[in-house]
Amino acid sequence: MLKVLVAIKRVVDYNVRVRVKPDGSGVALDGLKMSINPFDEIAIEEALKLKERGQAAEVLIATVGDSEAQQQLRTGLAMGADRALLIETAAPTEPLVVARALRALIERERPDLVLLGKQAIDDDHAQTGPMLAALWDRPQATFASRLEIDGARARVTREIDAGLEVIDVDLPAVVTTDLRLNQPRYVKLPEILKAKKKPLDVLPLSSLGVDARTRLVVERVDAPAPRARGIRVQNAAELVAVLRQRGAL
Amino acid sequence: MARVLVVAECSGERLNASTAKCVACASKITSEVVVAVFAPSAAEAPAEAASLAGVSRVVHVEWSSPPLAASLAPEVASLASGCTHVLGPSSTFGKDLLPRVAALLGVGQVSDVMSVLDPYRFKRPIYAGNAIATVRAPSDSTLVATVRLASYAAAGSAAPPAPIEIRSPGTAAPSHTRFVELRAEHADRPDLQTATRVVAGGRAMGSAENFARLYELADALGAAVGASRAAVDSGFVANDLQVGQTGKIIAPELYVAIGISGAIQHLTGIKDARTIVAINRDPDAPIFEIADVGLVADWASAVPELIAALRALPR
Repeated sequence: MLKVLVAIKRVVDYNVRVRVKPDGSGVALDGLKMSINPFDEIAIEEALKLKERGQAAEVLIATVGDSEAQQQLRTGLAMGADRALLIETAAPTEPLVVARALRALIERERPDLVLLGKQAIDDDHAQTGPMLAALWDRPQATFASRLEIDGARARVTREIDAGLEVIDVDLPAVVTTDLRLNQPRYVKLPEILKAKKKPLDVLPLSSLGVDARTRLVVERVDAPAPRARGIRVQNAAELVAVLRQRGAL
Repeated sequence: MARVLVVAECSGERLNASTAKCVACASKITSEVVVAVFAPSAAEAPAEAASLAGVSRVVHVEWSSPPLAASLAPEVASLASGCTHVLGPSSTFGKDLLPRVAALLGVGQVSDVMSVLDPYRFKRPIYAGNAIATVRAPSDSTLVATVRLASYAAAGSAAPPAPIEIRSPGTAAPSHTRFVELRAEHADRPDLQTATRVVAGGRAMGSAENFARLYELADALGAAVGASRAAVDSGFVANDLQVGQTGKIIAPELYVAIGISGAIQHLTGIKDARTIVAINRDPDAPIFEIADVGLVADWASAVPELIAALRALPR
């Protein structure tokens, strides 16, 4: 039976449209609804499915972030995770720092499988999974749309540009999730209440002894350049004529 | 002087079009661009890379197994010594490989470079392209980055070709990761990621049968076919046709969106297209906000009319 670690990130909710601050210092986050990164939610769901199928013994969820991220860990516990861990830091992080922290956590927890989203929808880096696999010197299976566990091996179907690639990886391994892996469950009220009693530990990032310095500096953030306003046509023939005029056909 | 190592992406034994775009980005950083091609000894890809404008040297690593990140990353990390930068495409190939390389080198990564300000300062999209960050990376260590393909036109060809150096792999591939199979689903059509024209359908197509009508239009245009996430989720088409934040980011000359309402996640994937055409029966659909040419019409009447109008064009 597997021990599964799911790494999650607290991000601005998927349905919120963010605004760039006028002074270019970043994106205005005050008062916005925050959620579990949708791909990470899929990772939690997959871990829970493994447990429900009798293939996983324990599901541990972890995040690196400030104390507010406890809300998202509680949501993960309400979904059904057994325990949660906040690796706490008030400082900004970046994927390499998060990967190092998770690597240190793996040393303590010794999971057989690490699941996380293929990318976070805030900074869109898509780096943490492969970085963690490299630091751990273990296999990676990114963009998973199907995961089958068979003993000490996982067969993963990956959504790549050329189609669907199937690979086998020996466990322990890192798997990053794509949209079509599953549909995360809705959390019901009784579970939310029950989740309050589940263990949620807090560990300072500084206690893990990893290099937590960030190396990338965001100098400024701007709104994207708008596109010029378009025109309307009445029918297909006019559409073709306009496209010819523009040199698009 | 900066020296950039570009990791080439191959499709079979040919060079994938993403490589020429990475070379174009690399040329904005330096004039010394080395392309690493992992391909079988008789493959055409190394010669194709050598003929790209801006390439100063090609390293052909003779490689006959599938391009798995776990096997390639140590090779790329070792080739990176002597280079200031390592670039790869922000395709699924590069997104899988480059972060693994960066971690082996002990450095961070700049993902999705859309513009080079100087060799260590870049613009990149965040929040699904709703904001553009200007980032600075340290100049005292190797810089690893992926290139947002939609932001760069492919490098042209140059004569004479750059020299090709042939090498054998320097590291033993790990046995913990094994390729099983690749199921390619649209090998007979233009590649969505690099096509100059794309026709895409959305939820309003209603069914897989209806969606198939778009192939006729795509044929009349010589276009690749794409889909919105809603159309993929509705089961009309396979997921590798998905265009948007979590699918493919594309920048064709012509993009025709049919029955696509224009969720922000979708618009993120197409907004660098030169000309965007929207056909939708809802006049208030958000897709019209970024369309260059809009036609308010039901697809069922507009698509046959459009096919007829295209076929009537003088050849």
